[in-house]
Amino acid sequence: MSTVTAPVEVDRPAGDEDVTPDRPWMVIVWNDPINLMSYVTYVFQKLFGYSRQKAEKLMLDVHHRGKAIVSHGNRERAEFDVSRLHAHGLWATMQRDS
Amino acid sequence: MPSLDRRIRRTRKGVYELRIPANERAVLRQLIGEMRELLPTADPSVGRLFPPAYEDDAEANEEYSRLIRDDLTAERVAALDAFERTVDARRVSEDDLVAWMGSINDLRLVLGTRLEVTEEMYDRPIDDTTPNANQLAVYHYLGWLVEQMVEALSVSIDPAGTEPA
Repeated sequence: MSTVTAPVEVDRPAGDEDVTPDRPWMVIVWNDPINLMSYVTYVFQKLFGYSRQKAEKLMLDVHHRGKAIVSHGNRERAEFDVSRLHAHGLWATMQRDS
Repeated sequence: MPSLDRRIRRTRKGVYELRIPANERAVLRQLIGEMRELLPTADPSVGRLFPPAYEDDAEANEEYSRLIRDDLTAERVAALDAFERTVDARRVSEDDLVAWMGSINDLRLVLGTRLEVTEEMYDRPIDDTTPNANQLAVYHYLGWLVEQMVEALSVSIDPAGTEPA
């Protein structure tokens, strides 16, 4: 993966679910130069149960665009997802979807 | 440089063979010890293991850290325990291999942060004359192990995923 860039707009990954009012928080994974692409894909599959195809797409979004939205939820759910990503060494943050 | 024979092989469901020479295991054992000493400290490279959850909300980050950091640390110590317990094993369970991979990836994060690695660095051969040459070699070795572990463990994951359609 490459170093972090910071575009202002976050592109929502194609095929991602629509945001609904009860899932107002989004979880973002940021690119970093250390985690391996294969490892990041594995973590997305393992933590979220995503298909290999979807996990790879998200990983490539992180890699090429600098970040990707990997999940949505209420605040508690988003914080849980962030903490699981942190446990696996990924750089993840959460923010209110506006 | 180590010979490039594969170090990790899935033999059957839930069992993984580790063909890791003794000298490499000695390096891993030493790194486990260093990580144990480092984890409870405020060393900046350890901060990489505990990122902020919010980009610009110091108060929320404090609260998150208060809630989560101890658990994340305990989880990392438990993985180090399993890793150390099996560091000389020829065969390990899937749970143990997951612990190895988590610990080794943490070591890469700490070492990579200290070495200020960049993506471009991966395309260059290690310059033996740089003072960090040994640490860089260890860093690349650990990455090589993680790559093999991901490959071995991915066999257990359904490529279709488990997400409800």
